[in-house]
Amino acid sequence: MSTYTDIFLTFAKIGSFTLGGGFAMVQMMEKEVVDKKQWLSHEEFMDTLVVAQSTPGLFAIDMASHIGLKLKGVKGGIVGALGTALPSIVAILLIALFFQTFKGNVYVEKIFMGVRPCVVALILAPCFGMASKAKLSKTNWWIPVVTALLIAAFGVSPIWCILAAGVGGFLWGQWNK
Amino acid sequence: MIFLKLFYVFSKIGIFNFGGGYAMLSLIQDEVVNKHHWMTIDEFTDIVAISQSTPGPIGINCATYTGYTAVIHEGFPTWAAVLGAVLASLSVIWLPFILMVSISKFLLKHSQSKAVTDIFGTLRLVIVGLLAAAAIMLMSKENFGDPSESVFTFVVSLIIFFMSFVGTRLYKIHPIIIILLCGLAGLVIY
Repeated sequence: MSTYTDIFLTFAKIGSFTLGGGFAMVQMMEKEVVDKKQWLSHEEFMDTLVVAQSTPGLFAIDMASHIGLKLKGVKGGIVGALGTALPSIVAILLIALFFQTFKGNVYVEKIFMGVRPCVVALILAPCFGMASKAKLSKTNWWIPVVTALLIAAFGVSPIWCILAAGVGGFLWGQWNK
Repeated sequence: MIFLKLFYVFSKIGIFNFGGGYAMLSLIQDEVVNKHHWMTIDEFTDIVAISQSTPGPIGINCATYTGYTAVIHEGFPTWAAVLGAVLASLSVIWLPFILMVSISKFLLKHSQSKAVTDIFGTLRLVIVGLLAAAAIMLMSKENFGDPSESVFTFVVSLIIFFMSFVGTRLYKIHPIIIILLCGLAGLVIY
């Protein structure tokens, strides 16, 4: 089903087309890894997000390593992480070597004025699909809402939200044995 | 020795980074500009701009460019700078990767246990909120334009935003195609 080449190329493709950092990558990764390749279920994909967010390191690289590890062990993880990182390294090196003026280029700026709002939409879009996969219900809808509020309005670090929810989920499970 | 320093500094940045690429930028700035004086704050701002406008994780972009620039500043030739760039990028990755290996092994082993199922059941809900928060925080003047400066840019941005959202949610258009179309739209409209 999945070969090293396949893992590498899939993550290189995802890495090549992600503008705006790790979160913008989620939608594309879900499409490639869950819908197309069916390496993971939607639920497993969300668990990958949890693990990537609650461990140190770059979100996108963490996701790629975790998925690679799941598929093919340590080597798979290395291949996934390098696949995600390589397009960046190559692109930046080319810019550093040849295109010193890239930054001020008026056409580049125009393209980015179009891409930036699109990236925000791409980050927001997976929330809705994931809400149903996370079994959102009348009793637990407040969890994502409070999380979003704490982070966006009060500047609380996502790490604290994850820690609190992890402990809360564990205790709730013990209570309802 | 610049290479050892790069390795050390970027390994440190990698393992102490919890908040994703943007949080990493401030860590890099502190080390590279304030502590090691590998570049000025102006150069660093340029690097951030370039990192944001090239594909890939922002933290990797920034590490690559910083590694390159730092080695050039020390008076080494270009090929050494390319090595420095690759070294800095890989240094960011390796420690979190080793940690990830042990975490993944643990989770695979205990994925059926009640405690892990309970914890991840709640955390999946939190991730929904987390993504929503990331999107909300990006709804800024930098990404949508300032309506008090240019109503046109703001309205165009809103249209692009809604069309991208509908395109990906309802019509399941591939994100790559949407990004390319929006880039093209920006080029034509502005």
